[in-house]
Amino acid sequence: MIQTDILIIGAGPCGLFTVFEAGLLKLRCHLIDALPQAGGQCAEIYPKKPIYDIPAYPEILAGDLVDQLMEQAKPFQPGFTLGERAETIVKDEEDQFIVTTNRGTVHRAPIIAIAGGLGCFEPRKPPVEGLADYEDHGVEYIIKDPEFYRGKKVVISGGGDSALDWTNFLADGVASEVTLVHRRDGFRGHPDSVQKVLDLAAAGRIRLLTNGEVVGVGGEGQLEAVTVKHKTEGEIQLETDHWVPLFGLSPKLGPIADWNLNITKNAIEVDTFDYSTNVEGIYAIGDINTYPGKLKLILCGFHEATLMVQSAFKRIYPDKNLVLKYTTVNGVNGF
Amino acid sequence: MSTIRLTVIDREGVSHELEAPTDMNMNVMELCKSAELPVEGTCGGMAMCASCHCYVEQEAAADLPEKSDDEEDMLDEAFHVEDNSRLGCQLHLKDDMDGMVIRLAPVG
Repeated sequence: MIQTDILIIGAGPCGLFTVFEAGLLKLRCHLIDALPQAGGQCAEIYPKKPIYDIPAYPEILAGDLVDQLMEQAKPFQPGFTLGERAETIVKDEEDQFIVTTNRGTVHRAPIIAIAGGLGCFEPRKPPVEGLADYEDHGVEYIIKDPEFYRGKKVVISGGGDSALDWTNFLADGVASEVTLVHRRDGFRGHPDSVQKVLDLAAAGRIRLLTNGEVVGVGGEGQLEAVTVKHKTEGEIQLETDHWVPLFGLSPKLGPIADWNLNITKNAIEVDTFDYSTNVEGIYAIGDINTYPGKLKLILCGFHEATLMVQSAFKRIYPDKNLVLKYTTVNGVNGF
Repeated sequence: MSTIRLTVIDREGVSHELEAPTDMNMNVMELCKSAELPVEGTCGGMAMCASCHCYVEQEAAADLPEKSDDEEDMLDEAFHVEDNSRLGCQLHLKDDMDGMVIRLAPVG
């Protein structure tokens, strides 16, 4: 079990800055994030995009902002549980929260700070009727182990790097048959990977169906075929053992929705005094919270994090007086 | 002209006549949000989430600008994509869009 002072759900900019502000008060932090790396949206969606409204940075790339925040948090040695989604929360007899992830990692802390941004990133699922029935019965949204597809017929959908890369990989003596379905002729993704896919198709080693999309799934309990709607050729039936739709990730509020917090329009209601939620000991900061006048800006999240840790300190140490100390006077004394 | 009229058909088929300023650097996604239509605009307008996916049912006087690579790439990850699909956030409100009709694409 991982014990900490503040358990932060979400390792985006707001969560990372919380580590720093908490550290100044000698509070330790641990972060959980569903993504395999820290940085949240900045790292997952737009690492190469410039941000212009971070004070004192006329321009900074989102990815670089994450790197800087990691550096700033470093003296306070945050712990990370990455690639796991915070699933359940209960309180123990000592008034501490126990948060367990979807992979069973258990965390314990007196304070929870939800800095979950837009929620957890989950694979986009195509709106195909009956799709859920075939999940883990031939339909997978992520390729975890390519060996799983050895000797199998596989249909991949998508036009990005992951669809192209897996098509190339599985076609290289792993799967018995690979078909790539994409809605248009053009592919985004690395030009080398695109060329390789086109070469494989020209050599007859994969089937490439552009201008098409999978619109139907079928089979007795296990996936046996998919239906492709093609712009010019109409409906095409493809026999297959697997269909892997790779349409990127999109955020969902996820299990937090069941944590008995007051939620309005996918955001957690907080008191702007200290960004506390309706559950004592649970705070919500950054894009995931809402209050009158809320702006979803990174700089506002930083402010919320700073005020929140003051309140968290008082909750953990009700008898201690807290005096604001400037870092310029005291420096940053890590753990 | 600094105000144009757009029709937005929501997912229930209801038409909304919206007045849109053209001097506020707004796009169709933001216009829908400001009218409290159910458009998430999750990524804030970076063509990175497709939650503002819509169909241009009737073009206005002038042709719309071509889709950028970013917009086309994002539509690859969207569903229910048709030839007239666009991302609302990439349609910046201009005087020559007066009279345009937009339909919101299904969610998902």
